[in-house]
Amino acid sequence: MMLTLVGVGEGMLADQESRTRGVGADIIIRPAGSSAIGITPPSINERLVTWASEQKHVKLATGVAIQPIGGVSTVHGVDYQTLATMSGGFQYISGAPFREAQEAIIDEYYAKEKKLKVGSTIKILNKDWIVSGIFRGGKLTRMMLPIRVLQDMTANTGKVSVIYVKLDDSSHTQAVIDEFKKTLVDYPIYSMDELASQFSVNNVPELKAFIGVVVTLSVLFGFLVVFLAMYTAILERTREIGILKALGASPGYVLGILLRETLLLALLGSVAGILMSYGTKWLLATFIPASMTQSIVYSWWPIAAGVTMLGAVLGVLYPAMKAARQDALESLSYD
Amino acid sequence: MTDAIIEIRGLRKTFRSGEVDVHALRGVDLAVKRGEFLAVVGPSGSGKSTLFHILGGLTPAAAGSIVIDGKDLSHLSDVERTNLRKTAVGFVFQKYNLLPTLTVGGNIEIARDIANRKGPFDAQFQEVLRVLGIDGKLDRKPRQLSGGEQQRVAIARAVVNHPSILLADEPTGNLDTENSNAVLDLLRNLNRKIGQTILMITHNPEAAAFADRIVRMRDGHLEDA
Repeated sequence: MMLTLVGVGEGMLADQESRTRGVGADIIIRPAGSSAIGITPPSINERLVTWASEQKHVKLATGVAIQPIGGVSTVHGVDYQTLATMSGGFQYISGAPFREAQEAIIDEYYAKEKKLKVGSTIKILNKDWIVSGIFRGGKLTRMMLPIRVLQDMTANTGKVSVIYVKLDDSSHTQAVIDEFKKTLVDYPIYSMDELASQFSVNNVPELKAFIGVVVTLSVLFGFLVVFLAMYTAILERTREIGILKALGASPGYVLGILLRETLLLALLGSVAGILMSYGTKWLLATFIPASMTQSIVYSWWPIAAGVTMLGAVLGVLYPAMKAARQDALESLSYD
Repeated sequence: MTDAIIEIRGLRKTFRSGEVDVHALRGVDLAVKRGEFLAVVGPSGSGKSTLFHILGGLTPAAAGSIVIDGKDLSHLSDVERTNLRKTAVGFVFQKYNLLPTLTVGGNIEIARDIANRKGPFDAQFQEVLRVLGIDGKLDRKPRQLSGGEQQRVAIARAVVNHPSILLADEPTGNLDTENSNAVLDLLRNLNRKIGQTILMITHNPEAAAFADRIVRMRDGHLEDA
């Protein structure tokens, strides 16, 4: 459970990073007062897109309007031609870009999860849209609408959420950012590398807290499960423990056997957990590829194993000590 | 009596059962020679098992002295009595008491491991395995063996650490006549061939007849049969 939940957290951030990089921009300008990552409704005056595109070393600039549509899902309003040029072009699995105001394009993962085809109708913001094209994933978002249409229907005419800027040469990135900051004093402006480094669990306090809760619950569940299992197992093995004690086993010897047994089971449980995390990854990728992406986080393998062992050792300690102190004669007469 | 391996004098044991004191042993005196095969017979409740448990260090005596191979058990702590069971005493129980998850070899090895003995079986023990007829069955699980075979494994486990005395509590109680005789023959063989001192508790007069000497317990006292 721990590896799956941590993997989902990391996977979704990695997916978001990959899609952001897929835009092909060098610089991103976000609204004043916003954080590096997170959903921001349109609040930047669209004239700043024109201003940015006119600056030295800037090859292209495009504004994107982002609208939440429930949970963490969003729809993006884009200037298709500029975005396509900036990102190196969209690859279509089927269909073509939107040409009409009521058309939308979606990525392959969203199409797979929702079982949509070109010509299918989807409801976004209480309005029916016709899927005009299904593009290969990894470009900005999963659902895109014409930016003007989205701005108008959400009363954000003339406003964008973020501005992506592509330079004539990436080596000028820092110089251009420094120049931008002279004018856009309150706006967070990041290079794409800088932004990518923000896609980490440590920069999402809610996710970090969630993972903390998961780890704590894992230790607690591990403790309770092992405690109850071992308590029952030791009751069932009272006679066996009596035999060992009759053979001269000391309390330390009995304790050692039970601890070693538990640690071995915890180790096997950890391996099973790792294998199961591959299973959940396959399930998510097969059934809800657009909603959740899970990574296999290798760095968490020793942490998960450590947490499992800690929970198991805490859980076995009391039953094992009780077993170690059992009277040999009473244990031998147990049926 | 310089050649006695067990010397018991005035041994007493009282249990508390509810609010009643049960006097299981009321002053037992007994001497067993090194290499002797002794049978203890008597009705249920006569104190045979209590004597067996005190001799094996499974429970302390209330009064009296009990010396095994020069060591006085009446002054031993729990830890010292546990240590005594590792090497000085071997047990054979009526219900075999083998560990079901271990193989025959594992059941024998664990007794050696508890006694902190390492390495391969010595020549004498390998001969014991041959005499017991289980040298070819070390990889089997107890459930794959007959009752008689399981009891032979229990005997092997009891003597693997070369204990001073072997305590057998109704070793044929769960066996048919044929297997009983086989097990008793084996105990007598061990006694004859390696000089193993054996104390056997039994209800069965035919089983007791295999011993060199028979003593009878009645109401917590011992009397020669």
